[in-house]
Amino acid sequence: MTALAEDIGLLQRQADRRRFIEPWLYLSPALILIFTVLIVPLIIGISYSFRKFSAFHSEYAGLDQYRAMLGDSVLHGALINTAWWTVASLVLQFFLGLGLALLLNRPFHGRRLVQGLVFLPWAVPIFLTGLTWAWLFNPLIGPLPHIFHAIGLQAEPVTILADPATAMWGPIIANVWFGIPFFAITLLAARKAIPSELYEAAAIDGASPWQQFTKVTLPFLAPTIAITVMLRTVWIATFADLIYVMTAGGPAGSTNTIATYIYVSAFKSLDKGYASAIAVLLLVLLIAYALIVIQMRRTLLRDV
Amino acid sequence: MPGQSLFQRIAGQIGLYGAVACYVVFALLPIYWTIKISVTPQDLLYSEGIRLWPSRMTLANYASVLKASDFPRYFLNSIIVSVSTAFIVTVVASFAGYALSRFRFRGKALVSLVLLLTQTFPLVMVIPPIYRIMGQLGLTDNLYGLIIIYTAFNIAFATFLMQSFLDGVPKDLEEAAMIDGCTRLDALRRVILPLTLPGMGATVAFVFTAAWSELLFGLMLINSESQKTFSVGLLTFVGKFAVDWGQMMAASVLALIPVCLFFLFLQRYLVTGLTAGAVKG
Repeated sequence: MTALAEDIGLLQRQADRRRFIEPWLYLSPALILIFTVLIVPLIIGISYSFRKFSAFHSEYAGLDQYRAMLGDSVLHGALINTAWWTVASLVLQFFLGLGLALLLNRPFHGRRLVQGLVFLPWAVPIFLTGLTWAWLFNPLIGPLPHIFHAIGLQAEPVTILADPATAMWGPIIANVWFGIPFFAITLLAARKAIPSELYEAAAIDGASPWQQFTKVTLPFLAPTIAITVMLRTVWIATFADLIYVMTAGGPAGSTNTIATYIYVSAFKSLDKGYASAIAVLLLVLLIAYALIVIQMRRTLLRDV
Repeated sequence: MPGQSLFQRIAGQIGLYGAVACYVVFALLPIYWTIKISVTPQDLLYSEGIRLWPSRMTLANYASVLKASDFPRYFLNSIIVSVSTAFIVTVVASFAGYALSRFRFRGKALVSLVLLLTQTFPLVMVIPPIYRIMGQLGLTDNLYGLIIIYTAFNIAFATFLMQSFLDGVPKDLEEAAMIDGCTRLDALRRVILPLTLPGMGATVAFVFTAAWSELLFGLMLINSESQKTFSVGLLTFVGKFAVDWGQMMAASVLALIPVCLFFLFLQRYLVTGLTAGAVKG
């Protein structure tokens, strides 16, 4: 009797060990790469934020760089701009992307062609996206100001990029254009994975299309929505290229975000220490945001 | 659908096609404008700036990009880097995403946090350290270095994406298969893989395009002409005093062609994931 119990215990422990090792086996290639190529450089980068750099050497500066941030009014403006840039870009991208995914899930003539065409913006290099949209907004060589003027949005056909009140809309529109395919592709792929039997069952139970959407589609899309919204928020917030190409943070700092400010500090003012300190601030803010989303996702998954 | 009048159905169809048309126009306008500029002769670039199509057309920009520049070489380099990165990332991330989706283990939350951490800082912060590390490993100025960096940068995102797709596949399916005598690997191959194929297709597509248009690291790590990628090559048209718009736009249009072909190839996986009826029984 005891021998049998011991045997079972041994088998149990072996199985436990296998269960313990197995996930790490699957994770190891990803983790090794990430540690050597990203985490180590990140730690070195963070250490720069405690140093002061001058032309040929650097010295330990303690928290000086962080103290300097407190009184930096440019940084405060950049924080507000970052929030506006991120929220506006994200909301528009998400809802337009979700709409597109649901459209592409319905049968219509030429769907394959349309799907290929609407996904194209994602394939255009950022740098070129910025240049092309700046070109489109320019009244001398682009059609948009004339269209805006014709439909009464603008009194004169001028570029919106030159006016501090409207300049941010330029990069936001370009960003939305570029980002819609991201949500459309991921949500379409997640939508395709929902077994059609569920919709048949719902239809038999007399669910309206709206009820099918809220009771079947949304709960199944929820994990993908949570993760894509979180990642995209973080990307947009750290994304400087588009703004840099289109407005370089101007006019009068009206499109200056934390990300562009870091680029300017690192490359123009060559203040690597201060740039790293601002980057650490951004990192802390985004991690806090991500933790909240992860918590929400966990609650959502439990409910489903 | 029963219970709908003819009028409602027609209105629905008009709404559907109208919405599709809006998306297509919005998506294509900038690309159309890029093509337009690429075929506009230099002297008409500004005088006919806002015309929908120039009064004269030229293919000279395309000819000079293809014949008189290193662009064919850049294209080839970009294709090597992007295809390698996309496939390595998707395989590695599928395993990692599977571990996160199907196992409970100590340190799981920490792993997710570390993956997340890699997405939350501006790249400019890690360029100098990465440059130093890659230099010591002898991986600067060649395509392997770029593939390794792009792979590392895309893994976190691809892992999360695969995890979310796998979370959407009911666990019962593979448990049933394993009770029927499949090993976990068998269950993975026969049950999970077919269901997550659209997700994998999407992941490949994202990583491919991310690697295809990456500029910053290409610029920092590559010096020699023979190793330059396409987006780095594009910058050669931004001269010191003027930008050669026509050639730059022509090169960009050409650069879209391989991406289009790649997406076309992937569409099969993106669209038809479930038609095999993997969820029977």
